[in-house]
Amino acid sequence: MLWETVKLAMSSIRRNVLRSVLTLLGIVIGVGAVIAMVTLGNGASSKVQENLAKLGSNMLIVRPGQTTFGPGGSTDARSFDERDVAALKNELSGIRGVAPTAQKQMKVVFGALNYDATVTGTNSDWFTVQDWVLEDGQPFSETELRAGSSVCVIGATLTRELFAGQDPIGERLRIGSFSCEVIGRLAAKGQSAFGSDQDAVLVLPLRGYHRRIAGNTRIGTISISVTEAADIPRVQRHAEDVLRERRRIVPGEEDDFTIRDLTQILATMASTTAILTGLLGAVAAVSLLVGGIGIMNIMLVSVTERTREIGIRLAIGALERQVLTQFLVEAVVLALFGGLIGIAIGLGLAAAGAAVMDVPFNADIRVIALAFAVSALTGVIFGFFPARRAARLDPIEALRRE
Amino acid sequence: MSDGPPLVSFAGVTRFYGEGGGLVRALAGVDLTIGKGEFIAIMGPSGSGKSTAMNIIGCLDRPSSGSFKFLGVEVNQLSQDQRALLRRNFIGFVFQGFNLLNRTTAIENVELPLIYRGTPKRERRERALEALHLVGLQGRERHTPGELSGGQQQRVAIARAIVTGPLLLLADEPTGNLDSQRSHEIMELIARLNGERGITVVMVTHEPEMADFAHRTIRFVDGHIASDGRKQAA
Repeated sequence: MLWETVKLAMSSIRRNVLRSVLTLLGIVIGVGAVIAMVTLGNGASSKVQENLAKLGSNMLIVRPGQTTFGPGGSTDARSFDERDVAALKNELSGIRGVAPTAQKQMKVVFGALNYDATVTGTNSDWFTVQDWVLEDGQPFSETELRAGSSVCVIGATLTRELFAGQDPIGERLRIGSFSCEVIGRLAAKGQSAFGSDQDAVLVLPLRGYHRRIAGNTRIGTISISVTEAADIPRVQRHAEDVLRERRRIVPGEEDDFTIRDLTQILATMASTTAILTGLLGAVAAVSLLVGGIGIMNIMLVSVTERTREIGIRLAIGALERQVLTQFLVEAVVLALFGGLIGIAIGLGLAAAGAAVMDVPFNADIRVIALAFAVSALTGVIFGFFPARRAARLDPIEALRRE
Repeated sequence: MSDGPPLVSFAGVTRFYGEGGGLVRALAGVDLTIGKGEFIAIMGPSGSGKSTAMNIIGCLDRPSSGSFKFLGVEVNQLSQDQRALLRRNFIGFVFQGFNLLNRTTAIENVELPLIYRGTPKRERRERALEALHLVGLQGRERHTPGELSGGQQQRVAIARAIVTGPLLLLADEPTGNLDSQRSHEIMELIARLNGERGITVVMVTHEPEMADFAHRTIRFVDGHIASDGRKQAA
């Protein structure tokens, strides 16, 4: 009986193709827009995550001071020293490396050329932790690190700006009154997720930086790379314990340092995406409401127009329930058609948009299923009132109508 | 006639429409009995109550007062769905305007009542074909009403009315929209269904010529039965 009713509904939709299509437009546009936006949004957010991953994978960033709001938050916090780094490296398990960094913006000079770069003192773990690739040359040796030798590795921007494509290895660069020999150059990494040029960088052994450039032994940041993403919270807690102990912070007192997890930043961005998705959902709800009202409207017209037909059906023995089912099924079939067309159009738009915006095309089957279900539901909700009206018609009145 | 209660019996049936000052009396206390196998023509001027009587016999309408029994069952006490079941199982309708579904083939139109009865598809097809053959429309099964003449459309409507094997065929001016030759053909078909299949026929008509096919003629005037006469068996 249900299948008969579906077939009946289909044939009555076929009998009014143009009107049916126009009725569907609301749902088509609603569903299409949602599918396109959500699919594109997925693509965009996966691209953002990919960009963030470029900063370094599974990375914990340790900084002195508590992040507090308002002025004067973290100025007098003690910075770290090499023993802190050594302690972290010894105590922590499940890590790929611990890299201390101290850095400063300085002019790097070669011959008559100079360029503003981030001069960074660090150790050889830095390359691993921040996912740098050495394109040529070599990283710092143990001896160079221990001695704080005057050697450096430069980023792709410096190679381009100061050496104009020539081989920089073996050349000497001047930074203030200090000069160092280039022993390696890094592959380009591109802009950071925050828009700065990560490749305008000059890296030298931490001790050399301290002695020749900073004039102190402070370490501004310690980056820890964790092997397994799932392990991050444990490593974070452990690192906190180690540092509290080293800095002699009594229980109950607050940390005077901060450990931030890059995945936390990712989570923040994910929640931003969730808010956007929620907004999209609201827009979708509105457009489906409009679409639903369209369906209700056209079904009411259809009931009025087919009063006679309904009269015939009632006269030959259709039950109220059967007429109700027929019109309800018709509304649902109509809405489902709209949903299907909308899904197809939405995916098509998303595919085109993804190509234009250079983001991956991520079709989410759950979103598609949801859109489908919601369009069916729209049909049921907005089809019910007209269907009930049809079922309650008086057959005599209905038959008398021309 | 036959055993059991009469097919239809009216006792003091009235029917009013509207209310207050605009109250219209369509039937003013009608007594009437229709037995199984009869062929009855109902005549009378417009507004005489004959259509109202037809609607009540067809279980589409209910009396305002009085008793209307179908096969001995007091229809007044039945729900709308129960009356729909009565129509579905015992009554076939033929209307002046044919009332076929547009853009729907003849066979689909004829199958419609069977769909509501939940008859399986194969049996439905067979019975619909049989009914269409009976009314002389073999070869036109796939035609839609738009592709059929008025006479042919009325034959489809008759096939639809009898496909369920009803006890009672109600025909409301079945020849009203047809020329005289088609009218005669349709009347012969109805008379044949009455004679050969024993289907009780109640027919409203304006034309005495058509009423002549019936065995009994009831004349309504002003909500009353003015005359009720049987033709002498030929």
